[in-house]
Amino acid sequence: MTKTNQFLKEQAGETSVVWSSCNVNCGSRCPLRLHVQNGEVVRIDPENTGDDPSGTHEVRACLRGRGLRQWVYSRERLLKPLKRVGKRGEGRFAEISWDEALDHVAGELDRIINTYGNEAVYRMYGTGNLGGVVSSHLQVDRLMNILGGQLNFHNNYSNAQLTHAMQYTYGQSGTGNPISDLVNSRLAVFFGNNPAETRMSGGGTIRDLVVAKQQNDLRVIVIDPRYTDTAAGFADEWIPIRPGTDAALVSGLAYVLISESLVDLEFLARYSVGYDSSTMPSGVPTGSSYKDYIRGESADGIAKTPQWAAAVTGIPDWRIIQLAREIGTAKPVYIAQGWGPQRHANGEQTARAIAMLPILTGNVGIPGGNSGDREGKYEIDFPKIPVGENPVKTSIPCFLWTRAVANPTGFTRLNSGLLGRDRLATGIKFIWNVASNTLINQHSDINRTKQILADERQCETIVVIDTVMTPSARFADIVLPSTTAFEESDLCYQSYAMEVGFLLLRRQAIAPRGESRTLYDTCAELADRLGAGAAFTENRSHDDWVEHLYHQCRRVKPELPADYRAACETGLFKWAVPADYREPMRNFREDPQRFPLATPSGKIEIFSSRLAEMAQTWELQEGESISALPEYQPPAAGTEAQEQHSLPLMCVGHHYKQRTHSSYANNPWLTEAAPQTVWIHPWDAQERGVEHGDLVRIFNQHGSTAVQARVTPRIMPGVLSLPQGAWYLEGEGGVDRNGCINILTSQHPSPVAKGNPQHTNWVQLEKISGKA
Amino acid sequence: MMKRPAFYLDTQICTGCKTCMVACKDKNDLDLGIRWRRVVEFTGGEWARFPDGTYAQNVFAYYISVSCNHCRDPICVQSCPTTAMQQDEYGVVSVDQDTCVGCRYCEWGCPYSSPQFDAKRGKMTKCDFCMDLLLEGGIPACVASCPTRALQFGELDELEEKYGSDMIIAPLPRSSLTEPCSIYGSHKNARPRETAAGFIANPEEVKDA
Repeated sequence: MTKTNQFLKEQAGETSVVWSSCNVNCGSRCPLRLHVQNGEVVRIDPENTGDDPSGTHEVRACLRGRGLRQWVYSRERLLKPLKRVGKRGEGRFAEISWDEALDHVAGELDRIINTYGNEAVYRMYGTGNLGGVVSSHLQVDRLMNILGGQLNFHNNYSNAQLTHAMQYTYGQSGTGNPISDLVNSRLAVFFGNNPAETRMSGGGTIRDLVVAKQQNDLRVIVIDPRYTDTAAGFADEWIPIRPGTDAALVSGLAYVLISESLVDLEFLARYSVGYDSSTMPSGVPTGSSYKDYIRGESADGIAKTPQWAAAVTGIPDWRIIQLAREIGTAKPVYIAQGWGPQRHANGEQTARAIAMLPILTGNVGIPGGNSGDREGKYEIDFPKIPVGENPVKTSIPCFLWTRAVANPTGFTRLNSGLLGRDRLATGIKFIWNVASNTLINQHSDINRTKQILADERQCETIVVIDTVMTPSARFADIVLPSTTAFEESDLCYQSYAMEVGFLLLRRQAIAPRGESRTLYDTCAELADRLGAGAAFTENRSHDDWVEHLYHQCRRVKPELPADYRAACETGLFKWAVPADYREPMRNFREDPQRFPLATPSGKIEIFSSRLAEMAQTWELQEGESISALPEYQPPAAGTEAQEQHSLPLMCVGHHYKQRTHSSYANNPWLTEAAPQTVWIHPWDAQERGVEHGDLVRIFNQHGSTAVQARVTPRIMPGVLSLPQGAWYLEGEGGVDRNGCINILTSQHPSPVAKGNPQHTNWVQLEKISGKA
Repeated sequence: MMKRPAFYLDTQICTGCKTCMVACKDKNDLDLGIRWRRVVEFTGGEWARFPDGTYAQNVFAYYISVSCNHCRDPICVQSCPTTAMQQDEYGVVSVDQDTCVGCRYCEWGCPYSSPQFDAKRGKMTKCDFCMDLLLEGGIPACVASCPTRALQFGELDELEEKYGSDMIIAPLPRSSLTEPCSIYGSHKNARPRETAAGFIANPEEVKDA
């Protein structure tokens, strides 16, 4: 062997291999093996246990987990506590001692609770550190509950509209068959479902899709405005669709299914309400059934013909007719939606409409079928850190936190989806922002958010606990540096994007960088200052909690070793999906009397009486509507703005392999592998004199961002896709210089869930002179 | 230790995720701009717009992860004026760092951009098949990392017998140039090498910085 690349390898002391993990919000939590030499992580290996494809196969981390050294050792790591010295958001800070920082935070918390009450304290939604049990942000909830509670939130930024839609339709969300069930299907239709880019771990959904497709080479159709990596690798056909119009496509398909008698009437009669007059709830005027709506016999008088749907969706009428025949004749059909279609201003309706296809064709609750929800998962119910009970019952939809800061007196149950009260009693005055970039980067309309946060009379104190100086951390009053997964021991287990069960005992591999501390130690110190030290710690250290919770895991899986040290030696334990696993809708399908759904009727509600009532009572803004049926509603707020500002392009923001949401977006290895670009169709580029690689400006009434153009036929004409999560980088006049989509998004919520419509963005694009 | 290690890529299940690229950078501590493994996106297809505002298209894309092919006829070795570029008894091509003068002739010769210049040190660098791991009985970092198991490695003879040795998929160069020892399985969207139907869609991600 030659002296190959010896220069790269320090032949230094012994190497130890330590279990760790990648803990961001992709739904996988991949185990890693860290090679540690002289107190430094010098290499990362994937986990190497399990046979392929046995169901306990290797949960191999994707590029994001493999690039972690660049994050842990990043020059942007926060190493000392910081106190703001400039105006809020300017990013000017002075280093302070931990004692000074903790005294200040404890003092502010005490002052705000005494002045405004516990409902003025809010822990921001955030998912930058998920999977570690003891390192979880739930520690802040535990602390706050001991101190009298805090304002709650409901929903999330991932799937609020879908979750609500499925609850009104099926009485629950998470009704999907797992994707491995494709071995039993004859046809799969994915609406905006893209596991190759959203669930890309080697133990996750993409791996399950590969194996299923190798075992059963079924026909796969992907419906998406973008030719995704899932479409490229696994689709037999891609059907491009205008964003936010899926419900119109479904209506056109339903028209054909009904006209050509491809509807499963027996299924509809037994399991659902609202398809036609025979199953409508009493007291509803005639002409209100789904069939009436589709055939143009309802109030709008429009037959939802394939020609009507073609004009809305951009899909030719003949293709809609063919697709309906394919779906109507190939049983079982697996119809699933990703979380993109629902992340729109009309997302609840879109999500409910997509579910209509399996409902109309009787594909719900059977092997190889699906409910129309996203694919299912396998979960083992391992414990979380106990948070106790929150004495505060008030809860806001998490997307409306800026409204709860800026306009609390106008924040009500009927106009904002408030729970626990009819109207907010106080605005948010104290924000905990823990491992979250929702304070700026991931929330809609950054310019508006900045304005709201800049007013220190509204939100008086912002505490950011994080590992790196994120765009959100720049808006902190106090920044507390946190350890990464490499710097603390913990338990971690499988999450929502996979079908392998596992438990990992990850060990601290290196000393905390700088003065960074575990979140647990930070919260324990604060609890101590506020007279709740013992109540918070129960006299356990961070590592004691890990051991304590490990023993609780043994109640769930008694075969785990009784000896904690021995368990740590092994590190990783896995379980395959049990043979008696049943898909969520199977019981209902087999015996709907014994296993009714949690809807008011106990059946699938095509016509939802609850939505009908909300349509009467909820206060909606102009252009918004709630309807009892899964009707197509144009994303009205967006269209209005389009006309007002002459914005011809719809800009969506796909999930990108470079990062998970905004986690790791500052990692240079990942940016080199997958740079930030806006996808634009060659026709739209040509019209604007834009070539591949040109620097362009994308703008609308909310703001403006600069980014490189990726000219590609893989996006539909008239549509841009600017991958979400790039870090906001303020240039002159508030213009973003880094392709951060939330400079273009709206804070106007969706009507039912009050969710984030972050794919409904009308914009214009122009070339910036000079090659980037 | 195998006689002649070789890479096999099932392009049908390569999703272009680039985990192999980053795993390689981590294993070998590579600076920005030095990419021993690269992932090429080959894309093509046309769009048509109908009078009713609807569209038809035949868009396609696929990915090919390429490192060094440790060729039978390595042009880099032939073009090296200092004998720094060498091929060992396993067929693995690597650069002797003491002998390399950084003239970059190997880089110009290689049709796969496998030799990657380290400007800081003024030396050429490249994939050595993770020979240190192979000699320990391990597997190359890129292969071990692949989430979909598209990237494999094995004994060249056995891989050729199992998968064939033709490499006709665009945009890979003619195999007669260097007799590469990697095998690239076909993709349902694959186009023949000589095609005007598609283009490399990510030139900035695979060319030298």
